Amino acid sequence: MGLTSQSTGIGVLDSELKIERSRVDDKVIALAGNPNVGKSTVFNSLTGLNQHTGNWPGKTVTNAQGKYKHKDKSFIMVDLPGTYSLMANSVEEGVARDFICFGNPDATVIVTDATCLERNLNLVLQTLEITSNVVVCVNLLDEAKRKKISINLEELSNQLGVPVIGTSARSGRGLDALMDAVYEVTNQETANLPLQIAYDDTIEEAIRILEPAIQEQLKDKLNSRWIAIKLLDGDETLLEAIQKYLDYNLTSDENILQKISEAKEKICIAGIDHNMLRDKIVSHMVSIAETICSKSITFKNEKYNQTDRKIDAIVTSRIFGIPLMIGLLGVVFWLTITGANYPSEIIAKFLFWIEDQLTVFFTWLGTPSWVHGALVMGVYRTLAWVVSVMLPPMAIFFPLFTLLEDLGYLPRVAFNLDNFFKKSCAHGKQALTMCMGFGCNAAGIIGCRIIDSPRERLIAMITNNFVPCNGRFPTLIAIITMFFAGAVASPFQSLISTLLLTGVIVYGVFMTLIISKILSKTILKGLPSSFTLELPPYRKPQIARVIVRSVFDRTLFVLGRAISVAAPAGLIIWIMANIHIGDLSLLSHCAGFLNPFAKLIGLDGYILMAFILGFPANEIVVPIIIMSYMATGNIMELNSLDKLRELLVSHGWTWLTAVCTMLFSLMHWPCGTTCWTIKKESQSWKWTIVSFLIPTITGIVTCFFIANTVRLTGLI
Amino acid sequence: MNENIIPLNYLPLGKKAKVTALISEGTIRRRMLDLGLTNGTEIEALQRSPSGDPIAYHIRGAVIALRSEEASKIMVVAI
Repeated sequence: MGLTSQSTGIGVLDSELKIERSRVDDKVIALAGNPNVGKSTVFNSLTGLNQHTGNWPGKTVTNAQGKYKHKDKSFIMVDLPGTYSLMANSVEEGVARDFICFGNPDATVIVTDATCLERNLNLVLQTLEITSNVVVCVNLLDEAKRKKISINLEELSNQLGVPVIGTSARSGRGLDALMDAVYEVTNQETANLPLQIAYDDTIEEAIRILEPAIQEQLKDKLNSRWIAIKLLDGDETLLEAIQKYLDYNLTSDENILQKISEAKEKICIAGIDHNMLRDKIVSHMVSIAETICSKSITFKNEKYNQTDRKIDAIVTSRIFGIPLMIGLLGVVFWLTITGANYPSEIIAKFLFWIEDQLTVFFTWLGTPSWVHGALVMGVYRTLAWVVSVMLPPMAIFFPLFTLLEDLGYLPRVAFNLDNFFKKSCAHGKQALTMCMGFGCNAAGIIGCRIIDSPRERLIAMITNNFVPCNGRFPTLIAIITMFFAGAVASPFQSLISTLLLTGVIVYGVFMTLIISKILSKTILKGLPSSFTLELPPYRKPQIARVIVRSVFDRTLFVLGRAISVAAPAGLIIWIMANIHIGDLSLLSHCAGFLNPFAKLIGLDGYILMAFILGFPANEIVVPIIIMSYMATGNIMELNSLDKLRELLVSHGWTWLTAVCTMLFSLMHWPCGTTCWTIKKESQSWKWTIVSFLIPTITGIVTCFFIANTVRLTGLI
Repeated sequence: MNENIIPLNYLPLGKKAKVTALISEGTIRRRMLDLGLTNGTEIEALQRSPSGDPIAYHIRGAVIALRSEEASKIMVVAI
């Protein structure tokens, strides 16, 4: 799940199957594949869209679409969630299957991983049972070559009976051939004769009994042989899907019902129970995949995964695993904090120089002072703060984080942390949804779809907010740089800042686990469900692409959103600061009202108000705090971080205020988009309200406790 | 029953084994089958996580981590 407007906006939540064809002869292509085979890379290379890719399973959880042109035709490509099978055991599998079955794609491209083709073939074979318009794309050929795995694509194509194209999508190789193949398949130049999977005699007989009845009802809307197999297997979800998309209830047909029981009886008499039937079906496919692979793949080096194993032995070892993980986080933070300091100051100087020029310009225009005030002192100045405080840390942090993502380190994080989640009766993949939350909590919450159990999914959704997102992360860094690192920029200071930030994040993870545990023991009682996690091979990250992608996809997107929220917020702050009721401005009235409570939790009225105004987007919290202090104070010239610190101190900030603000930023209500996403995903107001209250209460309690302990013990 | 049949989570690290039976039911069973864990499939225990559980296994060319709960429902015979 990337962090683009597409993935965090309304569009992403809509997993309907309707595709808008702009012209009648536009071809719709479904892009399927196992998780983590470079599917999103293929998608991006073809469509030029910035579907965010990462080396970990489960990036795409909804259908993203993009267009490309090849020869004279337009193609609409739909990126389906990565799945191992189409059995609809999980939401993703359901989405993928439904699109292939009911979305009427003109062709389905299945992306497979050349380095573990055998397992990938399971999905290919299952898809071939549904449709014959399939193109198999064997991706990651470069990696396979490095591991000395050679694949006979022609043989593979002969075996499967559909076109097989080899690609290395990251370097763009083979994509033209892939587009050619798709073009041919969709234009019926070649009719595929896919491999027909023949089961054992008993099952085949049962299929023969059932298939004609289905064929009669559904005509050619779906592959009746496949439906027959699914009905024998007792796949309820397929019946529901047929009802939903074709508005047809198969089980209301007497004839079909009768044939089902007749066929099931046949199977029963042969001594095959339900589990055995499924085992037989799956084992059969697996053995076919094995045979196909043995004919088309040669391993020249049996120990091709040794390097990965050696790395894993270190990064997931008992002794080094967790310290290394926290250390790595620390290094990323240290680089971000130290690196962001100087650019922040330069940008601030530059933007405030522009502010001076604007002031000169407005004076020259002779506009009334309130126009200048509202536009320059309100809107422009807030924007300037947003950019100068947020841009540098984001531009450093995101590429670094994306790098870790690209390497394949994140699944190892989930692997390392899984036992903690198990002890909290939660799902190990929650660690992955938390990593998504680092990007954007709304995306993290959509990402919770990778967790199958509804109970564990809700836990992951409710606690996702304990990971600071894009918007809050710079808030934390800004406070640290202003308050702790800003004063003396010595190496020692940045070390303290790093420890502080790492501490806050680790505390967030800790709270996630505690709250998950509490939820599991109270309102979301239950035991942990099954858990399997793939640890993909490490991949050499493409540095240039990482930078471009994280700057454009993430940094600029987040900044853009921050700016669009900050502009009106700046205006509101300015107006509130300049409308006076009695002796005090509206701003002071509001802050005064909030102040007693805010003081209790170590904040002040302005800070709490900034958090409330920051509901639409957390990015603007720090700029609002600065703006409100400036509107009420007398320091008007701020052009360095030192001055910022002075401003905060002059408003009564101590290290305790900074710590409490950071903790409250980590733990308070989710932003508007996130709340809305939770409502959409959980389909329930109750859980949305719970997700709103739990982090808020946790934050208030924590801050109250810390503030008062520190005060009582006389540390301050 | 062969004496050498053990649940997968008892397979020592670095050792290989063949699957003899899945004793799980329902969704978990399906998950295991999706991973290609059918009878006779070769599987190798690779790496423990820092706290000892889950354990990463080499299954059909992929590295998959399984919790002891799941692994204990996969019966294997060491080879």
